[in-house]
Amino acid sequence: MASFTLNINGKTQEVDVDPNTPMLWVLRDHLKLVGTKYGCGIAQCGACTIHLGDSAVRSCQLPVSAVAEQKITTIEGLSENGDHPVQQAWLEVDVPQCGYCQAGQIMTASALLKQNPNPSDTEIQTAMDGNICRCGTYTRIKKAVLMAIDAQTNS
Amino acid sequence: MTLVKTKIGRRAFIKNTSLAGGGLILGFSIFNSCKPKQAEKVAIRKMPKEWFEINSYLKIGENGLVTIMAPNPEFGQGVITSMPMIVADELDVAWKDVLVEQANYDSKEYGPQFTGGSQGIRRGWESLRMAGATAKQMLKEAAAQAWQVPVSEITTAEGVLSHEASGISAGYGEMAAAAAKLEVPEEVPLKAVKDFTIIGKSKKSVENHKIVTGKPLFGIDYQYEDALIAMVEHPPAFGLKLKTYDSTEVRTMPGIVDVFTIKTLEDDFKRGYFDTNAFTDLIAIVGKSTWEVMNAKKKLMAEWEPIADSTFKMDRFGSEIDVEVPKGLESTEAHYERMNEMAAKSGTTVRKDGNPEKAFKNAVKVIERSYTCPFLAHNCMEPMNFFAHVTGEGAKLAGPLQAPSLTGVTVASRLGIPVEKVDIELTRMGGGFGRRAYGHYAVEAALISQQAKAPVKLVYSREDDMTAGIYRPSYHATYKAALDENNNLVAFHVKAGGIPETPLFANRFPAGAVDNYLAEQWEVKSNITIGAFRAPRSNFVAGVEQAFLDEVAEAAGKDPIDFRLELLERVKNNPVGKENDYEPDRLAGVLKLVREKSNWEEVPSGVHRGVSAYFCHNSYAAHVVDVVIEGDTPKVQKVVCAVDCGIVVNPDAATNMAEGAIVDGIGNAMFGELTFKEGRTEQKNFDRYKMIRHSEAPNKIEVHFVKNDIDPTGLGEPPFPPVFGALANALYKATGQRHYHQPFVSQKQLIG
Repeated sequence: MASFTLNINGKTQEVDVDPNTPMLWVLRDHLKLVGTKYGCGIAQCGACTIHLGDSAVRSCQLPVSAVAEQKITTIEGLSENGDHPVQQAWLEVDVPQCGYCQAGQIMTASALLKQNPNPSDTEIQTAMDGNICRCGTYTRIKKAVLMAIDAQTNS
Repeated sequence: MTLVKTKIGRRAFIKNTSLAGGGLILGFSIFNSCKPKQAEKVAIRKMPKEWFEINSYLKIGENGLVTIMAPNPEFGQGVITSMPMIVADELDVAWKDVLVEQANYDSKEYGPQFTGGSQGIRRGWESLRMAGATAKQMLKEAAAQAWQVPVSEITTAEGVLSHEASGISAGYGEMAAAAAKLEVPEEVPLKAVKDFTIIGKSKKSVENHKIVTGKPLFGIDYQYEDALIAMVEHPPAFGLKLKTYDSTEVRTMPGIVDVFTIKTLEDDFKRGYFDTNAFTDLIAIVGKSTWEVMNAKKKLMAEWEPIADSTFKMDRFGSEIDVEVPKGLESTEAHYERMNEMAAKSGTTVRKDGNPEKAFKNAVKVIERSYTCPFLAHNCMEPMNFFAHVTGEGAKLAGPLQAPSLTGVTVASRLGIPVEKVDIELTRMGGGFGRRAYGHYAVEAALISQQAKAPVKLVYSREDDMTAGIYRPSYHATYKAALDENNNLVAFHVKAGGIPETPLFANRFPAGAVDNYLAEQWEVKSNITIGAFRAPRSNFVAGVEQAFLDEVAEAAGKDPIDFRLELLERVKNNPVGKENDYEPDRLAGVLKLVREKSNWEEVPSGVHRGVSAYFCHNSYAAHVVDVVIEGDTPKVQKVVCAVDCGIVVNPDAATNMAEGAIVDGIGNAMFGELTFKEGRTEQKNFDRYKMIRHSEAPNKIEVHFVKNDIDPTGLGEPPFPPVFGALANALYKATGQRHYHQPFVSQKQLIG
């Protein structure tokens, strides 16, 4: 056990956990931020995607000890009221079916747009290919990503 | 206008104060596109001071807001939105004034609450309409009494009662208190289809805002004070059971509270149809956090031993059957050998028309093809999990379940308490696809809580989830068709079987279209457990039958759509047999619609096109799949889909469902495969179990619904099975290769 000071969604949080504990479980079990989902535990499905700084990372493979002072953003902190352009596009397109993977999809898409405001189709696909949607909402996800790009460009 | 007898119970009408009900209501919002915070939204909506419960489906606030209960569990099919839409339409309330709540397990109020078989909307259609219409009638009667006018002169629209002659009007909220005191009418009128104002108009999911902001919705998110985390260890292979275990090291590990065994079903327990479970003796590890329990599970020392041949009793919806479980460690290689042996022999005849033997003997052309598919895992994105707190008072459970009324009974029986003492909160499910109709994990959670004497959340790892069983079976089918000198289909033979069940539907198309018809089946016992998987059995036979018919049409020199339409015309005018369980006109209808919408005859350059159509779960679906070759890889560019499921309650959500079914179908046809070696699955997580990804999904999907006034039928399953066939037929056009074995792209090719 060791004590860690983390910067999560703009707030400082203290946790006392095994240094190897993945951020996924620190968020879910210790900080009760359950929007970040467990899907596979081996970085294959993307359900646990969070932002470390501006990058999308799989929190199931990120030990708490590796975070240090880097800023973490989770789906709960992506925007104050669900009004991030990517979230708004998801609502507009009515993307979700079961909805379980969608936090991870949104975190991957929002990191992509932050790093590359005008991605090509191939770049979108490459970024999103790590996120599985078992319900098969991929065509809507793509539509929503394009809508968010538009909204971001025109704002 | 239709008059229907009400079946709503004459329950005591309870006045709920906003203090009692408000806390629950605050959590729900349908204002998905609103910017204000949750608290502000509630302020905007002016939550009522008092709720008046009219019946178990709805309550009305004095300010006109209406809370509608969604009775069935939600797993992505959209019933949490579409079922309340049906109630709201008959109630004549504005959708913006509706709040939705997920009902808990309550068979007395809501019936079976079963999510499966694409039956939710079909079976709920009348009772949901009745719930809304009854409340509306009571509001009208309350207004008639208040205004001293005949009830027949009162009209309703968007939550307002009006008496035109006198110019009086009032909101529902003003009459709710009086309405709640009235007797429930014996019969109520239902709207004509043309008068629907909400049904048929797309509404966004009422839970979207919570989903995109990461609110706790799913069973795995369930929070309860001082709840412990539990995981279970099941045998590593089918055909093994627990012999002994050593928890000495595990008990000393950080965060571990207890380690013990549970027996989820006693050997003599008479199982229900959904009590399927290969592994009834489990080791449970209970601890303080998921990560600590996961680590401890890896260190657990257990020894396993072979099972013996056994039999258990099962209640198969009223009839008791014996289910045999053979011993042994099975393998995919041996499965296919055994299926080939069985396919070479005669099966059990299920249907025979005319004289197939003679017709095949006299045929000018005979085409015979065999098809196979592997086991599939459901792979719901949210792994199996359940919360349970069992005390002397009863059992409080919460989690993802498709069949709460069945699981509730098993939990009660296993805990030895009356079913009334089992309280189950239905959480949103992170996918189901049939898997969560088998609620063994809820029973496990309850037994662990009972033994640990603590509230417990049981969580399966992905590996536990993928290796626990309840799979789509492996199937085999041989089709044979005979053509005469004029290329007419004169005989048809299907022989289908599987491990451990047959996929045959003997009375579906093309049965009824062919004078000489033979359907046979066979089965091979197995200790690998199987269960419903999105359109059970249809998910294999639809695809292979539709691929076979494509070959027959080609051999007959006919266009594949014309060929099917000719056969359907025959069924319509002069059907063979009386047991055909599809309507030829509606099956032809989706084919014609998909032909028109896809511009079937005009295939763009570089595009390779395949078609299929199928009937299952009371609905009809047809697809045209366009494949292009990118580099040297075939890619589905576009899919055009036509569906006839009667009245479409929520069109955009229904479109989403069909789009998902198409992507799911392409994924499983191309890549889906669970293989076995020495009883173990060779895939345990998504590194070796290939799921379809963004870049493999079609660029475009169009979904068209046949417009009619037929009562709605299911949609979650019907568009899924025919995808396999349309894709196989398009791939043939693209590559010249017919695909007889699923998946079309083998795992070995993918992973090396």
